[in-house]
Amino acid sequence: MNPLIPLFVVIPLAGAFLIMIIGRFVKEFNKYFASLILFSLALISFYFLFITRENLFVYKVGGWEPINNIPIGIYMVMDGFTAIVVCIINLIGFLSAFYSISYIKRYTSENYFYALFCLMIAGMNGVVISGDIFNIFVFLEISVISSYALVAFGVEKNELEASFKYQVLGGLASFLILFGIGFLYWKTKTLNIADIKGAFSNGYDKTYYLFVQILLLSGFGLKAAIIPFHAWLPDAHSSAPSPISAMLSGVLIKAVGIYVIIRLFFNMFFISEGMSVLITTLGTLSMVIGVFLAIGQWDIKRLLAYHSISQMGYVVMSVGIGMMLISKGVRNEVAALAIAGGIFHLINHAAFKGLLFLNAGAIEYSTGTRDLREMGGLAKAMPVTSATSFTASMSISGIPPFNGFFSKLIIIIAAVMAHFYLLAALAAIVSIITLASFLKFQRYAFYNEDPNKKKNSIKEVPFPMLFSMIILSIICLLLSMLAFPGIREAILMPAIDILMDPSKYSSQIIGM
Amino acid sequence: MKGMTLIVKKTTQLIAGMIFMYGIYVIVHGHLTPGGGFAGGVIIAGSLILVTLAYGGEFLKLVKEEAGTTIIESMATIMIIMIATAGFLFGTKIFFNNFLPKGVVGQLVSAGVLPLYNIFVGTEVAASIFIIFLSLIIFKEESPQ
Repeated sequence: MNPLIPLFVVIPLAGAFLIMIIGRFVKEFNKYFASLILFSLALISFYFLFITRENLFVYKVGGWEPINNIPIGIYMVMDGFTAIVVCIINLIGFLSAFYSISYIKRYTSENYFYALFCLMIAGMNGVVISGDIFNIFVFLEISVISSYALVAFGVEKNELEASFKYQVLGGLASFLILFGIGFLYWKTKTLNIADIKGAFSNGYDKTYYLFVQILLLSGFGLKAAIIPFHAWLPDAHSSAPSPISAMLSGVLIKAVGIYVIIRLFFNMFFISEGMSVLITTLGTLSMVIGVFLAIGQWDIKRLLAYHSISQMGYVVMSVGIGMMLISKGVRNEVAALAIAGGIFHLINHAAFKGLLFLNAGAIEYSTGTRDLREMGGLAKAMPVTSATSFTASMSISGIPPFNGFFSKLIIIIAAVMAHFYLLAALAAIVSIITLASFLKFQRYAFYNEDPNKKKNSIKEVPFPMLFSMIILSIICLLLSMLAFPGIREAILMPAIDILMDPSKYSSQIIGM
Repeated sequence: MKGMTLIVKKTTQLIAGMIFMYGIYVIVHGHLTPGGGFAGGVIIAGSLILVTLAYGGEFLKLVKEEAGTTIIESMATIMIIMIATAGFLFGTKIFFNNFLPKGVVGQLVSAGVLPLYNIFVGTEVAASIFIIFLSLIIFKEESPQ
């Protein structure tokens, strides 16, 4: 048992309530403390990324050891895939919190902001490291309820409307998830993910099983904003304060949506061909429709929010292709490649979409508008923002030296090798449309003539915001290293191994 | 907010204390009987809400009260985390470890750290439900008629 695992939940949870008490009496405490604890969490998560490799760490909360190999306590599990997602959460969380030091001065009640931010991080970390399906639900509620409050943080008309919509659909999703968990518990008499797999291996009712799968897929699909469930995302992600948009779009939809879908459908349920076809179809739909919805937007943050749907489509589609090949039991190396592409794109998307939202926040901070038609010529006034946003735009559209190119390349190669030529072609076409829409963003925001001629009043943003954006753009470049052999084996392969072998996860946990 | 009539005030005087005591009873017997931190906390919050409704209060006083209750709530949560961490530090490196002596089953002081958790969960729940109530009143007082 590694005693460091529960720190991912304990530190931000304690931090949130300390900020609420001490932040009342000590000014400036909240911002530095939040950044500090998230920085320490990022360090711990990097430590886990390097020691996890082939191992799988299990932590039994309260010290309840299993009896006759039946787990009775709450399990926290740290494997290769978890380590990657925890790393994303805490690193992007730290950079967003550091960025907020300057940005959040525009709002009142900073204490509440940082407390909710820490709670959201605690919830997401909890979802990711939990090995118990009911605790996934509990932590998911912690993180999404904080995010409802954070979306409405501006308390203007638009923010409240977006938050309300998000709450209604989020509540529906939570209902579906809880319903699904109830059905699982009824049949299997256990909540541990590894144990549920074992309970189903003795045979099960096909219809019942399918019903539970559909409930959980639609519940977590709503959280992940896959296309038929995406209605809340553009409003919620564009109305939140920018560092929160970066967290929601860059991290939250992955940690509580995509991650859980992948974890449950690979490691808890048996992979069936029907479900994999469904998941691939949903992914492809998200990818194609998302980008067409995005290209007509003039509000920067709405444009970025629609692109999140589209880019998540790539991840879901690629993982779906992997599932389909595993379910047929043929060509496992192609399945591994497809899953690698999906996870790689998930990591990359966190970096560049986080950066793009921080850029949008910087533009809004300096010019006071989010409408592309009202800005222009910012390249001279804000050189760093311009350069970093160029990096991020090229990454998301898949231009060679940047990370997005490699992950999209792997996805397309995997689709071709699996003989899904149509999906490969669609992925390439969507990438081109993405490029078009980001060239529009670049041109209107940074290189056009300023329509209002207010150039002199616009200044570059303060240091904390610049620092976060520069670090993220460096990360965007460095992440392309993950495609190269050596680094890929060290970081991506453990995650793929745990997903590729369906019984490995449960057999390892039950054995501990 | 205005208070209510003399009859309501007098009745509240008589029963609010008893409700409060009953809440404490439910909390401290949480490990022995049905109920516990959450149920008892709700009962305590009920008595506080009853007093506030019957006697009313100045707007500024309510705001001040809300600020104080927020601190109590956060303190209770931090205490829960600290007890959990104490389990980590004393001995086996396990959070939520029951590190105190277990005692005899059925006695009031038994079951190790469970009564402590119940007390702080009760404080937390009472404070947070009272905060929700106060926030609603403050919102109503603030908004124009």
